[in-house]
Amino acid sequence: MTSSTETIHELANQKYKYGFVTDIETDSVPAGLSEDIIRLISAKKQEPEWLLEWRLKAYRHWRTMVEPRWPKVDYPSIDFDQIVYYSAPKQRPKLDSLDEVDPELLKTFEKLGIPLEEQKRLTGVAVDVVFDSVSVATSFKDKLGELGVIFCSMSEAVREHPELVRKYLGTVVPYTDNFYAALNSAVFSDGSFCYIPKGVRCPMELSTYFRINAAGTGQFERTLLVAEDSSYVSYLEGCTAPQRDENQLHAAVVELIALDNAQIKYSTVQNWYPGNEEGKGGIYNFVTKRGICAGVNSKISWTQVETGSAITWKYPSCVLKGDGSVGEFYSVALTNHFQQADTGTKMIHLGKNTSSTIVSKGISAGKGQNTYRGLVRIAKSATHARNYTQCDSMLIGDRCGAHTFPYIEVNNNSSQVEHEATTSKIGEDQLFYCRQRGLSEEDAVSLIVNGFCKEVFRELPMEFAVEAQKLLGISLEGSVG
Amino acid sequence: MLKVSHLQARVDGKMILNGLDLEVKAGEVHAIMGPNGSGKSTFANVLAGHEAFEVTGGTVEFDGKNLLEMEPEERAWAGIFLAFQYPVEIPGVGNTYFLRMALNSIRKARGQEELDSVAFMKVLREKVKLLKLRDDLLKRPLNEGFSGGEKKRNEILQMALLEPKLAILDETDSGLDIDALKIVADGVNTLRDGTRSVIVVTHYQRLLDYIVPDYTHVLYKGKIVKSGGKELALELEEKGYGWIQESHAA
Ligand SMILES: Nc1ncnc2c1ncn2[C@@H]1O[C@H](COP(=O)(O)OP(=O)(O)OP(=O)(O)O)[C@@H](O)[C@H]1O
Ligand SMILES: [Mg+2]
Repeated sequence: MTSSTETIHELANQKYKYGFVTDIETDSVPAGLSEDIIRLISAKKQEPEWLLEWRLKAYRHWRTMVEPRWPKVDYPSIDFDQIVYYSAPKQRPKLDSLDEVDPELLKTFEKLGIPLEEQKRLTGVAVDVVFDSVSVATSFKDKLGELGVIFCSMSEAVREHPELVRKYLGTVVPYTDNFYAALNSAVFSDGSFCYIPKGVRCPMELSTYFRINAAGTGQFERTLLVAEDSSYVSYLEGCTAPQRDENQLHAAVVELIALDNAQIKYSTVQNWYPGNEEGKGGIYNFVTKRGICAGVNSKISWTQVETGSAITWKYPSCVLKGDGSVGEFYSVALTNHFQQADTGTKMIHLGKNTSSTIVSKGISAGKGQNTYRGLVRIAKSATHARNYTQCDSMLIGDRCGAHTFPYIEVNNNSSQVEHEATTSKIGEDQLFYCRQRGLSEEDAVSLIVNGFCKEVFRELPMEFAVEAQKLLGISLEGSVG
Repeated sequence: MLKVSHLQARVDGKMILNGLDLEVKAGEVHAIMGPNGSGKSTFANVLAGHEAFEVTGGTVEFDGKNLLEMEPEERAWAGIFLAFQYPVEIPGVGNTYFLRMALNSIRKARGQEELDSVAFMKVLREKVKLLKLRDDLLKRPLNEGFSGGEKKRNEILQMALLEPKLAILDETDSGLDIDALKIVADGVNTLRDGTRSVIVVTHYQRLLDYIVPDYTHVLYKGKIVKSGGKELALELEEKGYGWIQESHAA
């Protein structure tokens, strides 16, 4: 049985290729990486000297490192000399109406319930003046401006708020952290910057969608988010619509900083092209995400729904430094066909009375391989620290795999660490029960899987949760029968 | 409405049904009794299309169609409902949500308009009142942590909502208190409008005081070995199955 999702992706991908082949790049540097290339990138972006120096240091460090092979994923070596590390933001080919868009792609949008105007934006159709996303974004920006919230592209932040960027960039994920973080630090193209001043509760979900100049996020994205004392922000990243990119390797870095009593909620839906049914193509998504609860009673929550990419390699983590700080990680990772995911989190307890919660739901279908890898480290200083970990895997069919690697290091015996893990096969009797009540097999699978993920979806902002549920259903199409 | 001829089925290579014959006409209620392991649940599951059971012979006709060729959901759309002996739990899936999805799937398949949540809640409230079900069961995940009796009542709620043409109740009375038994019977009797049919699988005559069957059958070693009216149930209650087994062995 061929999955219609794949067909959609394939058709969509063709469309995409045609779109870009004709769109000749005029502003890019030669392939491969050297100090000269980095100088060139920095110059093109008109960056200050300190940032260039930082990139160069990162590059020199990267040269001494080797590509990590410990994740439980399998892929051919990447030729880093073949990669073009800089190209100017690309202009999407403009279409006049949705009639010109691949109907299969539109069907997917429909299933996801994506509004018309949003569909136009995603497919590059010119948007009506009234609904122009730029004007929407501008009014949002005005409102945020009144509160002193800064939300802009990283390039803009480097120009407009260099002192803030310089103060925090690389403080959570230093360029020495790992191979891909070093590479990202050397060549990052753009990304988002967000700053919430003291005592401000950001009144809306911040999403890259509303950021002006969000086009062309690029392959080495860098996000920096700072929440000052007693502030709150909820940040949304990604979207449920299938995303394609000609760059196979994506190595993003996200840094979060929460000061005293601040709260950051960071939600991601990742739906990059997963490759076709034979496992060809697809994005390699190697991401370093980390937040530091620097202040007392601060809180960072990561919620992620990962359905895309051929390979996902990602461990959103929390460093719980402030006394009484809280870290949370809620994750749904789905692998179908030949997808591989090695994902999880690290909770590093340093402060007293710190607590963390980990809820991970892995779903494997087809020949998908799903690995949870998590570290809970309780430092000597972290008296009365607590962690609760729940790690559930669901298998659909018998050619897929689920693996769990929990690492626990406890150096303080007043702490409490709980770990629960389950693996279940989607039950034949559950499926039969649903079908006996009139649900199609696909609806039944999607219903059962969504039920399985409930605890995570509950953490997502409302509309995002609804979309994520539908997305899961679509990603599972063709996984049974 | 339902015509079963020489039905044979096996599971894991073991023959369970050995040439079962049964005809149920529109509006009739049939009771099926029989010792543990005789194949009652197997029969019910085969009618509903469970794939673990392999049909190796015989035919089943439902409303003139070959039932055995239909997928489980197609059978549901055609009006077959099975109240399970052991209803499964589906964690994280809200009961009400599931009920609406089930009803709308069936309505859609029949070319009827799907109900929005307001219209659905109205229908649901009526049925809940009829069955004296506690409201909180609707908000909880499907069957998760329900008591044995609550699960059975929930099955009847689903039946009342889906209004099947042929309802098969597999030991729905087991584990019910006496009040619940009456309520379940009421639920079934409301369905009896002269066109809908019911197959009641039970071990106890008591249920049949409330749901009075037109026919009673004894299933033994995968076959109907004796049929009669409602008095057969009384006889079984009194004498057990020994005499049938003996006469059948003879
Ligand atoms: N999945 C299965 N695998 C192996 N044997 C099975 C399976 N399902 C049923 N059987 C066997 O088939 C026979 C008939 O079982 P069935 O559940 O139909 O009996 P029953 O008449 O409903 O019994 P009870 O009155 O106890 O509910 C039993 O011997 C049972 O062990
Ligand atoms: Mg039984």
